[in-house]
Amino acid sequence: MQKGMEGRCFASLVCMLLALAAGRAGAGDDVEPAGYPPVLPGYQLAFPRDGGAHPDFRTEWWYVTGWLEDAEGAQRGFQITFFRVRTRIGEDNPSRFAPTQLILAHAAVADPAHGRLLAAERAARALSPLAGVEQGRTHAWVDGWSLAWGDGHYRAQAADGAFSFDLRLRPDGPPMLNGEDGFSRKDADPAHASHYYSRPQLVVSGTLEVGGRRVEVAGSAWLDHEWSSGLMPPGAHGWDWIGINLHDGGALMAFRMRAEDGRPLWAAGTLRGQDGAAQALDEQAVHFSPSRHWRSPRTGARYPVAWRLEVTDGREGRARAFEIVPLMDDQELDSRRSTGAVYWEGAVRLLEGGREIGRGYLEMTGYAGRLRM
Amino acid sequence: MSLPLRRLFVAGLRRRPLGASLSLLAIALGVALGLAVQLIHDAALDEFGRGLRLLAGEADLQVVGPREGFDDALYAALAVRPEVAAASPVLEVRARLPGHDDSLRVLGVDIFRLPAVQPALLPVPAEGVGQFAALEPDRIFLSAAAAAALGLDMEQPARLPVQSGVTEHVLRVSGGVPGAGSGQALAVMDLAGAQRLFGHVGRITRIELRLHAGVERETARRALGALLPPGVEVLAPESAAAQAGGVSRAYRVNLGMLAAIALLTGVFLVFSSQMLAVARRRQEFAFLRALGMTRAELRRGLLAEGAALGLLGGMAGVLLGHGLAALAFRLVGGDLGAGYFDGVRPVLRFEPWLALAHGALGVAAGLAGSWIPARDAARLVPARALRAADETALEAHPRWGACAFCVVAAVLLCALPPVGGVPVAGYAAVACILAAALFALPGVAALAVRLPAGSGAVPWRLARARLGAAPGQIVVAVAGVVASVALAVAMAIMVAAFRVSLDDWLARMLPADLYLQASPSAASGYLDDEALARVAALPGIAAQAPIRARQLRLAPGHAPVTLLARPISADGDLPLVAGRIAAARPGADPPVWISEAVADLFELDVGDTIDVPLDGRLLRFEVAGIWRDYARQHGALAVDLETYRALSGDRRVNDLAIRLAPQADAARIAEALLDLFGERTVRVSSAGEIRALSLRIFDRSFMVTYLMEAVAVLIGLAGIATSFAALASARRREFGMLRHLGFTRAEVGRLLALEGALGAMLGVALGMLAGGAVAWVLVEVINRQSFHWSMDFHVPVGGLAIFAAVLIALAAAAARLAGAHAMRTAAVRAVREDW
Repeated sequence: MQKGMEGRCFASLVCMLLALAAGRAGAGDDVEPAGYPPVLPGYQLAFPRDGGAHPDFRTEWWYVTGWLEDAEGAQRGFQITFFRVRTRIGEDNPSRFAPTQLILAHAAVADPAHGRLLAAERAARALSPLAGVEQGRTHAWVDGWSLAWGDGHYRAQAADGAFSFDLRLRPDGPPMLNGEDGFSRKDADPAHASHYYSRPQLVVSGTLEVGGRRVEVAGSAWLDHEWSSGLMPPGAHGWDWIGINLHDGGALMAFRMRAEDGRPLWAAGTLRGQDGAAQALDEQAVHFSPSRHWRSPRTGARYPVAWRLEVTDGREGRARAFEIVPLMDDQELDSRRSTGAVYWEGAVRLLEGGREIGRGYLEMTGYAGRLRM
Repeated sequence: MSLPLRRLFVAGLRRRPLGASLSLLAIALGVALGLAVQLIHDAALDEFGRGLRLLAGEADLQVVGPREGFDDALYAALAVRPEVAAASPVLEVRARLPGHDDSLRVLGVDIFRLPAVQPALLPVPAEGVGQFAALEPDRIFLSAAAAAALGLDMEQPARLPVQSGVTEHVLRVSGGVPGAGSGQALAVMDLAGAQRLFGHVGRITRIELRLHAGVERETARRALGALLPPGVEVLAPESAAAQAGGVSRAYRVNLGMLAAIALLTGVFLVFSSQMLAVARRRQEFAFLRALGMTRAELRRGLLAEGAALGLLGGMAGVLLGHGLAALAFRLVGGDLGAGYFDGVRPVLRFEPWLALAHGALGVAAGLAGSWIPARDAARLVPARALRAADETALEAHPRWGACAFCVVAAVLLCALPPVGGVPVAGYAAVACILAAALFALPGVAALAVRLPAGSGAVPWRLARARLGAAPGQIVVAVAGVVASVALAVAMAIMVAAFRVSLDDWLARMLPADLYLQASPSAASGYLDDEALARVAALPGIAAQAPIRARQLRLAPGHAPVTLLARPISADGDLPLVAGRIAAARPGADPPVWISEAVADLFELDVGDTIDVPLDGRLLRFEVAGIWRDYARQHGALAVDLETYRALSGDRRVNDLAIRLAPQADAARIAEALLDLFGERTVRVSSAGEIRALSLRIFDRSFMVTYLMEAVAVLIGLAGIATSFAALASARRREFGMLRHLGFTRAEVGRLLALEGALGAMLGVALGMLAGGAVAWVLVEVINRQSFHWSMDFHVPVGGLAIFAAVLIALAAAAARLAGAHAMRTAAVRAVREDW
């Protein structure tokens, strides 16, 4: 999921902040990038402790994506993400406004009736009670949006002019640790890695308001939580990531990182079976290939909105071929007016042998040119 | 008007170019001064208001405190309120720039909060600077006007040293604030960085609030207001702007009144010139009437003359006014040197309606000046006027009744309170005094003639006789002198009284030898205990007295007042006008001495108690005395330094008053102080230097007044010149007769000069009297009500005597010169002319 994380990161405000931090550390300044703890293999993730924030690390995010269905059967996708960035600015400043930690959030609803994403974002420096993250349990909030763990479920709340939602997300089992027990490499060089776990198969219930109409919804969602100090690998231009809840109760996460010419630099994934046993997929075991493209009328970016994905299932000892098909083509997030980030983040179906075997989210970054940092 | 009429009347102006052009000049000057004052203040207020709106952005409400700010925990408490959609905290600091005289307005902001409330303040990083560099504490972003004022090229990376306390910090200029526009000199940096840099951690100075749609603003204002600590207010942005506009209102009105008076003098001039022209043209008008012109036509014609003159004067005044305004912007800035609008760089703009209105004022002045002459001309009986060709129709009866009425009215008006901070009644009283002087003029002239003459030379007796024979003409010629002398004398007395009182006040306020200042009190430099200890360790220093100045909001709707903490223990420590200096009594409320402005604005007197909001707490003080303060127009509270420190725990110091040991060399110690802190960070001045500087600033503020005074006198003199020119040409036959009787040309000239001098003397005497009365009203009513400070009445006798002598001499010369033309006519021809 390293790629997914980094991809998302790249596509968001956070990336700019990371770039800032990286720039401070690396771009000619003699300041050491040090000061952030490294991500090392062997760390034992424990819950609910590791569901909370790890503020010493440079970046961290909680990423929730999922499918919702209302009483009339209408299908919609939703996404809510909280980013935390440690800036290493003003850590010795006693001011409550010292921008040591920034909290950013993106939320979006994919409604085929609307034809494109409804999206909004929030950004603030951590300052209780307006914005912050909690250590010890999942809880991140900014300006009235929040994601919090309690009573055995997550609660996600976001509201903007065009949409709002208030959802409960109940996991079916323990977290799924990606990579080597939650140590997820982003590159052949293990310096580029993160701590990363997923919570697939979240059972969703709650309310969604779109276009002034409030409806009860139910569905299934996916949460990613990842923290890292490592940088995106050198030469990486963008990435493609999926997180799919399989109808049989299993889950599939896969990502790849691309160079500027589109060549894959690194790939990995996790495949969880019906029984809850997860297997890590290494670079050889994941192969993405685009099957259909869509061009954005706004940005001109050309996205491969449909894919063929080949995964080598180690347990069954066979290669499986999937097709990824979007809920709708236009799920581009265009925030050029605010953060300058442009990426595609949308609801997709996973097919195997022409039959739908799961639903989830696809994220693609770096297709609208490298972002200005 | 028909063409022949136009030729007859308007073209008539061309036949008396001197009178016409002087009237035109007076109107033009009056219009120009009025327009310039208006233009300058409109532009300055406009830009100032733009600055406020820029800061307020899209805020529905703003929470403001004193300059030192308030607890920043209030921000989060308000931001989470259900009424509030978005909140943006700001720390505004006047950063002292080491080595610069000016300070820079620095806004510490949260860039994440700006887009929703104050998008125009968003910093834009320069090329190559990261998007979020604005979070770094050593980055600063300058508006175009600030960069220009500092001489920085925004294309180049630059370093900007700023001062906090007595320490210099270097900031990196990393981009601009394009939304600020071209007239606002300000800088933006991260709030947390600014708090720490300027020693304000935990404090902000304002919060801009945007309310949720559908929340009623007044309801929200009341609800949020209940959450605020004392001394912090929640306001609608407009009321903040109105408060700011009120700051300079009295000053503006005063300047506007001066311009109005210049215009009024212009009206007098038109009046005297037209009156005399009518007298001279009696025969002409009688012919016209005999030829069938109706009274109304004659009247309209003469009014058209005046209007044409006014129109020309008005147009010239509009041009001149823009020129003056442009010059003033270049030379003294948008507040005419009064210091109201710091950090604002207004630009002169052409305002069509304003220009039109002032042009119309010119026309109105021309019409007003011609009104009575036109009426008189229309009344003349053609047959009589045709016969008695040379007889002037001017009559002036003593008007003692009207005069007395005006005096009584003036006295009553002086007792009335100001309206909206503007002493309207006071101005009306001044108008009444002037009117009284003018009504008194005919009677006084008649009385003057009856004074025992004694013997004397022939020209002397002739001149006196002339004065007695034609008081009407004298009245017209001298009225302008009375008015202008009265105004000039009034201003001179008022300025002298102010200057003497100020000098006296400075001596009381600055008892020490040397003053050490880290920055003007509003800016970011200050001294702390450590700095004080370093000073105390210097040899040659006998004693040092720290002075702390802060700002407080005493009551909603009032501008903030200054809190001045300094050692106050003995009589003479403050220039008291009421009460006394007494030490704090145990168990009683600590004493506070309030300035006259506080006493006026908050209706307080000695013995009253006053609640002072200090750092979010309300502290009760007892008013022990009232003192005179020329430095802080909104008012000041003085408390003893030890009392202040015990109550507030604040040990910062703005100024340090240093007494030197006997035989210590002030220059050497000043040098040592500069070495101690660096000459870029502190200023050391002797009491004498501060006094000299203050008086220089005073004189600069009154520059406009001096200019107006000169204009008024010039107009008065011009009045004498035009009146005598007109009279002299009407008296050509008289002069011819005198020449026949054996007068030399020089003697005739002397006669004219004497007449001028006599008339001027009369005018100057009456003007002085009226001026003294007006000065009293200015000092005791208008100044007191406008600026809330008293002064000691002081008449600069010597200066006024010289002024009077020069004026009379000038009047004599003007009369002599004005008559020169008429005297040139051959005596025989002049005598024969009318037969």
